[in-house]
Amino acid sequence: METATFARQFVIFKLENEEYGIDILRVKEIKEMMSITRVPNTAHYVRGVINLRGEVIPVIDLRKRFNLTEGTDNNNTRIIIVSVDDIIVGFIADYSSEVVEISSDAIEEAPDGIGSVDQDYISGIGKVGERLIILLDVVKIITNPAV
Amino acid sequence: MDVNQYLEIFIEESLEHLQELNQNLLSLETNPGDMKTLNEIFRVAHTLKGMAGTMGFTGIANLTHQMENVLDAIRTGNIEVNSSMIDILFECLDYLSNSINTISATGQESSDNANSIIAGLNSMLTKRPETKTDETSINKDPQESKMKFNQYDDNIIKKAAQQNLGVFKITVVLSKDCMLKSARAFLVFQTVERYAEIFKSEPKVEDIEDEKFDNEFTIAIIAKESEALIKKELESISEVAEVIFEKVEVPEEQDIKDITGVDNEEKETFKSLVEEKETGDDVQGKKARMGKTVRVDIDRLDKLMNLVSELIIIKTRLEGVGTDSKNQDMTEAVEYLERITTSLHDAVMKVRMVPIERVFNRFPRMVRDLAKGLSKDIILNMSGEETELDRTVIDEIGDPLIHLIRNSIDHGIEEKDERIKNNKPSSGTVNLRAYQDGNSVVIEVEDDGAGIDIDKIKRKAVERGLLSSSEADELDENSAIELLFKPGFSTADKVSGLSGRGVGLDVVKTKIESLNGLVEVENYRGKGSKFIIRLPLTLAIIQALLVNIGEEKFAIPLNVIRDIIVIEASTIRNVHGQDVVLNRGNVLPIVRISKMLDVKNASSDDNEELTAVVVKKGEKNAAFIVDSLMGQQEIVIKTLGKFLSGIRNIAGATILGDGQVALIIDSNSLI
Repeated sequence: METATFARQFVIFKLENEEYGIDILRVKEIKEMMSITRVPNTAHYVRGVINLRGEVIPVIDLRKRFNLTEGTDNNNTRIIIVSVDDIIVGFIADYSSEVVEISSDAIEEAPDGIGSVDQDYISGIGKVGERLIILLDVVKIITNPAV
Repeated sequence: MDVNQYLEIFIEESLEHLQELNQNLLSLETNPGDMKTLNEIFRVAHTLKGMAGTMGFTGIANLTHQMENVLDAIRTGNIEVNSSMIDILFECLDYLSNSINTISATGQESSDNANSIIAGLNSMLTKRPETKTDETSINKDPQESKMKFNQYDDNIIKKAAQQNLGVFKITVVLSKDCMLKSARAFLVFQTVERYAEIFKSEPKVEDIEDEKFDNEFTIAIIAKESEALIKKELESISEVAEVIFEKVEVPEEQDIKDITGVDNEEKETFKSLVEEKETGDDVQGKKARMGKTVRVDIDRLDKLMNLVSELIIIKTRLEGVGTDSKNQDMTEAVEYLERITTSLHDAVMKVRMVPIERVFNRFPRMVRDLAKGLSKDIILNMSGEETELDRTVIDEIGDPLIHLIRNSIDHGIEEKDERIKNNKPSSGTVNLRAYQDGNSVVIEVEDDGAGIDIDKIKRKAVERGLLSSSEADELDENSAIELLFKPGFSTADKVSGLSGRGVGLDVVKTKIESLNGLVEVENYRGKGSKFIIRLPLTLAIIQALLVNIGEEKFAIPLNVIRDIIVIEASTIRNVHGQDVVLNRGNVLPIVRISKMLDVKNASSDDNEELTAVVVKKGEKNAAFIVDSLMGQQEIVIKTLGKFLSGIRNIAGATILGDGQVALIIDSNSLI
């Protein structure tokens, strides 16, 4: 008997050499790197704020958020604007390439100690062919206190 | 009928009416004989009854109906206003506001019934002395008919006399068991109008339509047909018991003077009639004004404000381009654009401005209840209710003010006996003042109580281990008062239901500061204390000075800047680990913002001459060292959002002409 499956779409981006996914419903838009104003006295992973069409939006450096090695911005660096309720923030990612559809039966629970990202922030592992995509829990990344 | 679509309007209007009711009840309490107020209360109760009835909220409708009965009895003089009645009317008000709140939360009327209140109202009614029958019999006497003519009516009568038309007062008495009084009255009016012109009626036509009369009413007519004919026609209407005609004499020119000169009683009634006329006009005036206003969703206003902000940003950017270009037309166009955006900004700001009355309104009632609860006599004087503040400030300022007023009444004002012992009037006074002072609005809460007991504060501080006793001895008065604003600090000996829990003043301070405001205290031992709140007029758009520090740009609000000075690095002295400089004979502490804000590569660190912005906070000043000044600019304040809320030393952000974000320095936290 087949269980009901449904597919969700994820925005895929890269940090170091791993691929991550964010539920597309959380993503408002993806911007190229732009000038960021540093904000003092904030958590180390907050890079600063940007001007998104007149709104001031905080930007989180995901590499720092997950304690990965520090990278340098280049032409491929993107700011992924995500929203959770009335909070809007930008995530800095190395590279964002595509949107993929992953059906719910291709998503597995995160096993212990996968990748370098704290397991708390992972909602599951998606399989697309041979690729393994780490699916992030945006709500926890934004609302959990600093690591 | 589906009434859900009207629910929002119903709630909003009801809240307005309740506010009005609250005010009127308070003024009725201080002035029980005031008919104008009473009529106003009656009108509100009646409107609420109608609205609730339409919406199917029977609880409210029943209660307001009973209120009407009592109010009507007061109006006709059958019962008198006393304090227990005011209490019950206030209970009604509380019940009604609770009901409205429940309705706005759930869409349903709450199931608590108002039976006890209704019973209370009923008992008021049964206490009425048995004068009613006498009075109606007096009223039946045509000689005593209440109708009086004013000058306007007299003119009509005179004109009629010139045309040889008879003027009569007709008193129509309906039979006691008449069911549809207003319908009968309507028939009477219709019949009369066939033969005559009606120019006045007592009670007013609207009241007759609403059945607000006993069994009789009086109309004044200019007859086109004979008296007998009209009388016959009227008597043929069923359920009309009696029709009494009274000929009206043409008034003499000096009549009014005579009345005012000779008959005092007449004068009184004449006056009250004029007054009544005036109240009528008042109500109409109000209606006319209401017709010209539009309810606007707050979100839409915010959106409009955002758009204006955008416009100002782009204007600033154009200004930069305009000054660079040599094209005369361009420069002129930019100047014109600037004028328009400034006016537009002013206009939108005005739309967002709300009189502080909206916050003050609730205080008389609160003070009354507090005073009763503490059995103190409190006189609350309010002034400057018309002072306007930005809506966002109005929404936030209520709670801090409640705290301060409670403090004044509970802690500040002494018990009655003690006041008498100290040669003070037994009733305490709380003054609540609002006024505009330059670019800010000042709100003062002043009481004539015992003032703040500095020694007591010190004692408590030592008890709590905040200070050592030697530190406490050295503490000056102002720093001691500062302690009051520390979280968890309370000097109350006993915790009452009102205050003394130690939450309060620190909350007040935090709230006011989050609004970019200041709290100051003036203390007069034994004579009272005064809390002064200073708030910026608008929050959204301000003038600011832009400065460079390292490679970063920051904005400092212009209203906190005292002046800008140049400091020789060699004149800086270090006192107790704090860099200071002598300026105008005063010691000025130096704040190196680059360190506070972790700015890298600030050139000001090792320069010989330092540029400093002198910033004031209340009485205190401090010199903020910056690298260079960029100039003054109108900036739009943007919040950093929930995610970055509560960042130290930063009050917000703004977007510069080139699209970059600059942070606004929170000078209060840096001094």
